[in-house]
Amino acid sequence: MSDSEARNFQYLAYGLIACWVILVAYVLTLAARGKRLGRQLENVQRMMEDREGK
Amino acid sequence: MGMREKVMVVLGAVAAMLLTRNIWVMLTQLPDEAFQGAIFRIIFFHVPAAFTCFLCFFLALVAGIVYLAKKSLQWDAFAVSVTEVGLAFGAINLISGMIWARIIWGIWWTWDWRLTSMLVCWLLYAGYLVLRRAVEETTERARLGAVMLILNFSVVPFVFFSIKWFRTQHPQPVLFGEGKMDGIYREMLYGNWVPLLMIAAVLVLLRMKQENQQREIDALRRAAHSF
Repeated sequence: MSDSEARNFQYLAYGLIACWVILVAYVLTLAARGKRLGRQLENVQRMMEDREGK
Repeated sequence: MGMREKVMVVLGAVAAMLLTRNIWVMLTQLPDEAFQGAIFRIIFFHVPAAFTCFLCFFLALVAGIVYLAKKSLQWDAFAVSVTEVGLAFGAINLISGMIWARIIWGIWWTWDWRLTSMLVCWLLYAGYLVLRRAVEETTERARLGAVMLILNFSVVPFVFFSIKWFRTQHPQPVLFGEGKMDGIYREMLYGNWVPLLMIAAVLVLLRMKQENQQREIDALRRAAHSF
């Protein structure tokens, strides 16, 4: 394999990796948002219970 | 597990299998393109990502129009979900294009009509997300967002046809028009679009669920404060 062919493959690999990195990064932001929403829901439920208790 | 979760798991699993198979075929069985060599294979992600991105933006336009007509917040949740997913696929399109350009043109970026209009389009839709963060009141946010989505979509045909209307460095269409690609490449391109669409559908469903959850939390919070 010549140098230019190897470089061609190397950049193809960068391209494919970049596609997956972007998708995974987005999925991670969704997961983080999901966790945050879970925490918020718990807080609100606790707040409701406290107010009902009073 | 609800029906929606089951659909998401099935779609995700099928998409993962199809993508694994496609990448295997792409790397081991498809021949190099005569002039571009191995880097040509990036087109199997670059173009389907652009199609998915534009489809999402079109759905966001529809959601915006329907929201203004019906004032149902479900359409607002759908609009923000498809816009976010469209932006992720738009980013894949831009970045993969830059990596291809580095090898074929010798540069990462040029202020060409297609590249520039796509970047402007991406930034306009990112602006929609910024606008949503800036407006606190739910219905006002949905209304302004819907208007912005309708206005933003006017850029999409410009991006799509820019390579026809102007002299550009970007290659001409390879699926229709004069520079048609070989059948085996075309088959792979459409074959790779299917799993990407499935992934997009899963992400939209997931994001919509979160948007509805957020609305429920806000409603509960208001109820708690009104005690």
